[in-house]
Amino acid sequence: MNGHDNSIDLIRLREMTDGDRQRFWRSLEELAESPGFQASAQHEFPVSRRAGDAAAQSASGVSRRDLLKLVGASTAVATLAACTKLPVEKIVPYVRQPEEFVPGVPLYYATALPFGGYAQGMLVESHLGRPTKVEGNPDHPASLGAASLFAQASVLTLYDPDRSQVPTHLGRVASWDAFQAEITDALNNHRPSKGAGIRLLTENVTSPTLAQQIRAFLAQFPSAKWHQYEPCGFDAAREGSRLAFGEYVNTVYRFARAEVILALDSDFLCSGAGAVRYAHDFADKRRVVDARSTLNRLYAVESTPLSTGAVADHRLRLRSSDIEGLVRAVAAGLGVSGVGQASVPAGVPANWIPALVRDLQAHRGASIVIVGDQQPPVVHGLAHAINHALGNAGATVIHTEPVEANPGDGMQSLSELVADMKAGQVELLVIMGANPVYNAPADLGFAEQFMKVKLRVRLGLYNDETSELCHWHIPESHYLEAWGDCRAYDGTASVIQPLIAPLYTSKSAYEFMAALLNQPNTSAHDLVYQYWTEHAPADQAARFRNFEAFWESSLNNGTIAGTVFAPKQVALQGRFAAPGGPPDANPGDLEIVFRPDPAIWDGSFANNGWLQELPRPLTKLTWDNAAQVSPATAQRLSLNREDVVKLTYEGRELSAPVLIVPGHADNSVTLHLGYGRRRAGGIGTGVGVNAYSIRTSANPGFGVGLQIQKTGARYHLVTTQNQHIINQDGRRVEEESQAAFKRDIVRVATLTEFQGHPDFAADPPEETTQAPSMYPAYNYKKGYQWGMSIDLNSCTGCNACIVACYAENNIPVVGKEQVDDGRDMQWIRVDTYYRGSLDAPEAYNQVVMCMQCENAPCEYVCPVGATVHSPEGLNVMVYNRCVGTRYCSNNCPYKVRRFNFYLYSDWTTPSLYPLRNPDVTVRSRGVMEKCSYCLQRINEVKIKAEREDRAIHDGEILTACQQTCPTQAIVFGNINDPASRVARLKAQSRQYGLLRDLNTRPRTTYLARVTNPNPELAGPRAQES
Amino acid sequence: MNPRDPIAEERTTLVIEEGLPVLAAGHTYKSVTDKISAIVLAKKRGRGWWIGLAIALTGFMVLNYSIAYLLAVGVGIWGINIPVGWGFAITNFVWWIGIGHAGTLISAFLLLMRQKWRTSINRFAEAMTIFAVSCAGVFPLLHMGRPWLFYWMLPYPDTMGTWPQFRSPLVWDVFAVSTYATVSVLFWFVGLIPDLATLRDRAKNLFARKIYGFLSMGWRGSAMHWSRHETATLLLAGLATPLVVSVHTVVSLDFTAAIVPGWHSTIFPPYFVAGAIYSGFAMVLTLAIPLRKFYKLDDFITLRHLDNMGKILLATGLIVAYSYMMETFMAFYSGNPYDRSMMMNRMFGPYATVYWALIVCNLFAVQTLWWPKMRRSALGLFIVSLIVQTGMWLERFVIIVTSLSRDFLPSSWGMFYPTKWDWMTFLGTIGLFFTLFYLFIRYLPMISIFELRELVHKEEESKA
Repeated sequence: MNGHDNSIDLIRLREMTDGDRQRFWRSLEELAESPGFQASAQHEFPVSRRAGDAAAQSASGVSRRDLLKLVGASTAVATLAACTKLPVEKIVPYVRQPEEFVPGVPLYYATALPFGGYAQGMLVESHLGRPTKVEGNPDHPASLGAASLFAQASVLTLYDPDRSQVPTHLGRVASWDAFQAEITDALNNHRPSKGAGIRLLTENVTSPTLAQQIRAFLAQFPSAKWHQYEPCGFDAAREGSRLAFGEYVNTVYRFARAEVILALDSDFLCSGAGAVRYAHDFADKRRVVDARSTLNRLYAVESTPLSTGAVADHRLRLRSSDIEGLVRAVAAGLGVSGVGQASVPAGVPANWIPALVRDLQAHRGASIVIVGDQQPPVVHGLAHAINHALGNAGATVIHTEPVEANPGDGMQSLSELVADMKAGQVELLVIMGANPVYNAPADLGFAEQFMKVKLRVRLGLYNDETSELCHWHIPESHYLEAWGDCRAYDGTASVIQPLIAPLYTSKSAYEFMAALLNQPNTSAHDLVYQYWTEHAPADQAARFRNFEAFWESSLNNGTIAGTVFAPKQVALQGRFAAPGGPPDANPGDLEIVFRPDPAIWDGSFANNGWLQELPRPLTKLTWDNAAQVSPATAQRLSLNREDVVKLTYEGRELSAPVLIVPGHADNSVTLHLGYGRRRAGGIGTGVGVNAYSIRTSANPGFGVGLQIQKTGARYHLVTTQNQHIINQDGRRVEEESQAAFKRDIVRVATLTEFQGHPDFAADPPEETTQAPSMYPAYNYKKGYQWGMSIDLNSCTGCNACIVACYAENNIPVVGKEQVDDGRDMQWIRVDTYYRGSLDAPEAYNQVVMCMQCENAPCEYVCPVGATVHSPEGLNVMVYNRCVGTRYCSNNCPYKVRRFNFYLYSDWTTPSLYPLRNPDVTVRSRGVMEKCSYCLQRINEVKIKAEREDRAIHDGEILTACQQTCPTQAIVFGNINDPASRVARLKAQSRQYGLLRDLNTRPRTTYLARVTNPNPELAGPRAQES
Repeated sequence: MNPRDPIAEERTTLVIEEGLPVLAAGHTYKSVTDKISAIVLAKKRGRGWWIGLAIALTGFMVLNYSIAYLLAVGVGIWGINIPVGWGFAITNFVWWIGIGHAGTLISAFLLLMRQKWRTSINRFAEAMTIFAVSCAGVFPLLHMGRPWLFYWMLPYPDTMGTWPQFRSPLVWDVFAVSTYATVSVLFWFVGLIPDLATLRDRAKNLFARKIYGFLSMGWRGSAMHWSRHETATLLLAGLATPLVVSVHTVVSLDFTAAIVPGWHSTIFPPYFVAGAIYSGFAMVLTLAIPLRKFYKLDDFITLRHLDNMGKILLATGLIVAYSYMMETFMAFYSGNPYDRSMMMNRMFGPYATVYWALIVCNLFAVQTLWWPKMRRSALGLFIVSLIVQTGMWLERFVIIVTSLSRDFLPSSWGMFYPTKWDWMTFLGTIGLFFTLFYLFIRYLPMISIFELRELVHKEEESKA
């Protein structure tokens, strides 16, 4: 978008130079500010000047004379440029190589991704100064070496060609200096009124430095106000803590100590500030080694099928609006006083709550009740009360000071801002990061009131919906480009180190605030450094010889030591159960649930192709959102998949296609946020429908009173699995899943069954040994033999591995149509199968990538030997040799090979060049590709080990998927070494190979899933509700 | 066609039960030569020929257009995907190769068997083989992701020391098909030499004389020439005969060697060969019946020929039916769950319509040929032959596409839908085939003149 706008501006500027040759100009900005240009720009809306118009004009009448004039002018300008005396700036090649800088060997820097304001610690791989891959920081408490899919994808956002690249004023190219001058003037005008007309709108701020700057600003302008709004933030949790404790507190969960967990509409394993850490701790409590192993037990109550529910031992589907009733019943069952009248919502099996209550009571101090951010504060308050009653507070549930610099209710804050704008009290609105024009709740009418503000200034990564309506847009530096700091879910502070100088003329929030504070050209580094010289924990800093050493150590570790918040004692107040939330509704009434999208979150990642193309967990939907309903509700309303329906909610209408999702709560419709962007960029604009347009500030999570009306139109949704399959009667999806179980693709047992038959999943011996073959067997006695083990008990299906694989292996994005044609390029996928009834099935995820078969069906059919067996047991793919017969893919029983049907790799966008991993070929069209166990990583370590004349240590090589996996479900290593982790896992009785009956002898094997259902709730997981 | 073919009807009534003639009575060396060479040497081309050629050329241009676009953009223009990596291209390849088989069978195998009746159909059947192989050959090249590297399939000495991967059936295909194409062209050309000499001698046009003269390679009809010609023909026939069996066997190994349920089956080689001959004879009939009508060749292509070809069609059709039965039976009898669900999927899955259409086309239409009257009805045979060819195309489609669309992992099941480019490429090769065929019937004798003269000689001998 932006590039397009700019090029149009250039056309216009060129016309001016043509008409006014005598005039000299120094910069495009100067020219752009000339009255002539502005008049011409206002005369015509720039976007309408498309290439076609220009062509029409030239066809209609650029005379030969004009053309010659233009040529003359260009020549004159060029000559002029040639006469300019260039500054003497010497460039000198390295005489001696700088230390630790070897071309071809990447360097890793610790930094942190601010996600929803909260830090996720990262190590970023840098090739010759350009970041290519984000990895988790093992020393960071929110990461422990793993990374979320958002962190993995953030590197693509850095290089996104649609990011805004220049400051614009009224939509035209402007300069930072001009902005600086104008904003200083504007602020000075407000000084007499102490800034009464100034408003600052940010997203969640946890950055101590930025908070200090904002406070300094507010000190200068005491009447100004700071608003914070995060569309998918933690408002309800914060308000819940205030209900329960009378003050804002932050809650940190210790899943490593929890035996019984009740998740209420909560996707704690996949979303939220601490999700990566929580998934790690949760999985650690579920590791099955042998029949003596114990497992934690997870109860999930949710309306939308979530990844967390798919992992749960007991999943109860319940409308979001009924969850409050369930919590009250649980609280009452546990003897929590003051919960009010507790009627068990319809649809909850009679023995469910008593059994749950007994289980929780049996694990006092070792259980957790966790609530999703969609639930209203009262449910959070009730959960706090239950955790207190169970003695979990202080044991598994830790309270600390709030992580946000200025905690508050964002929705409330935004409402106040809109009210002020409406009252005409806002004269200068500075927005940093937030995109309220797109994502503010519809009832506030933000955009309309926004236009009443006299001066609107926006700092943002993209020139998006909000920037479009602002006078000034300043490009924001990506977190990989700028210094900063932020805090993690437990308060741990990290310094955000830039990996690269800003690609464009962008400013970080710190530099931007410095400009507002009239400290122009203060570097963000100095600001952050300065802050921490003053605020570093004294005891920690004292361990170093000076602050510089402490600073370097903090940068190196990725965390600032001693900044984690201490546990805080809080006392339960009486108000926690205050009635609130949505009004009681008839169980037959339809409810609408708004959730952040599992891939593009609140829409801020909408222009990220890796995330848009990601098959969403369980539904496998890509490139769209949909009104998700249960099969029974679809039947009742006679809806089919892909029917476009009109959703009417609180007087607002939105048309959306229907997707029938097994396991969804009845009479509930889920609509994911983040879609329907109008100005997201080339990838995200126009994808899906905008759920914010019917979301209200009163009930941002969900609400009852939705009307559905069929429009008769159809809209094609693309899913990578179950394509065209799940119809109203659901017959076909069962067919697929039944086949999966019949073929022993998914193997699962309960803990009791497993204890009785530890080898329930084992393959028969004839399938694990070499069958007679015409060809001599490979000799694998010596050296390394790579293998992989995937623990299905740990996998949450969060998709982080897929995004990591995108980044590591230069995998192209193909777009909705190609995905629809069955041509998605992801090397690793998460298959989902269902068992049980269509209404409330058990869902099973299975990560599948190339199995690196010993007897690989792909190898012998390739006519040119482009896929061959390596001495270390890999099926290696020789891209240069591949002629593209696709025979290998046809013969692959796992269908893990991917083919470049077209030239999918982007070979033309310059900003994407530096993104690519230089160790992996960028594939051309007509070439087959597939998972290689990250061969480039194996070789990198092998070369290093050989140079040091030693063997590779176990765990020294991590594949990209393994590295990012929050639950460590994927383990890779040398299976020739019986002491290696992978060999020990493969020795477990739960080990099985996929389709081993084909004698493919896969090197990747699975550890069968073991569930831990409550014996009191008899029957398989599917029988609930 | 006129449904009431008066000539055929008349002949049918005159049939003497045992033995229809292979050559109508009263023909002499001269009449035979005159009649056939006149078609080639006539100044005027018939309007029908022009119209036919125009339609065929249009198809050929569509092919060229599709190929150009394919090369520019990639095989993504087709409906193929993961899991269905092979779609129309390989279906068409197998179909066209199969069609070619009848020509070789007639010219080589029946020659060795000393079947007199082959004489008047072998020339255009051989031509059909070559054209069909040309059409078939287009597809393995085009279906590659990077067709410009096709020569990597050939064993040539290169500086990298790389070779084709000889365990791959696709490499066997390269050898099988290229051998087949070479032998077929040689055989056809050697057979043409005496007739080319005849045309050279009869042509009035200097240019035609030069061309035919060049092509006839100095044939003077000496006894030595005839003797050598006879030997060469027999040798080539000996070479070509095993190819009738081997080529489609190798093609079937493309599937048999893979582990895909629905492909991995030992029954495929004989089943494919029978299918090939089945579709090939259908194509010979499709070509012969209009030819004999429009060029009034029913003296040479008699009801005897039609009857015999009908019988072969019936016989191979029954073999094909047996193969289908065995395939289905084995899928269930083997106890292999993948095979079983593959067969259930074929019969009742998303492509069930195609499967049942194939059964109807291949198994039922041909049963009408049990009746002699049907075998001697040009129109009836023509219709049956078209149905059989459609059926055989559907058979290849079903084998390739339904097997791939649902194999082992249910998560990876998918559907193949042909795009307009799939259709254009397929119909384009039909255009190519008929373009070549129209040129052939205009510029080369479509019936072997010298062999017919031999036949006249033998008939006279037998009468004497």
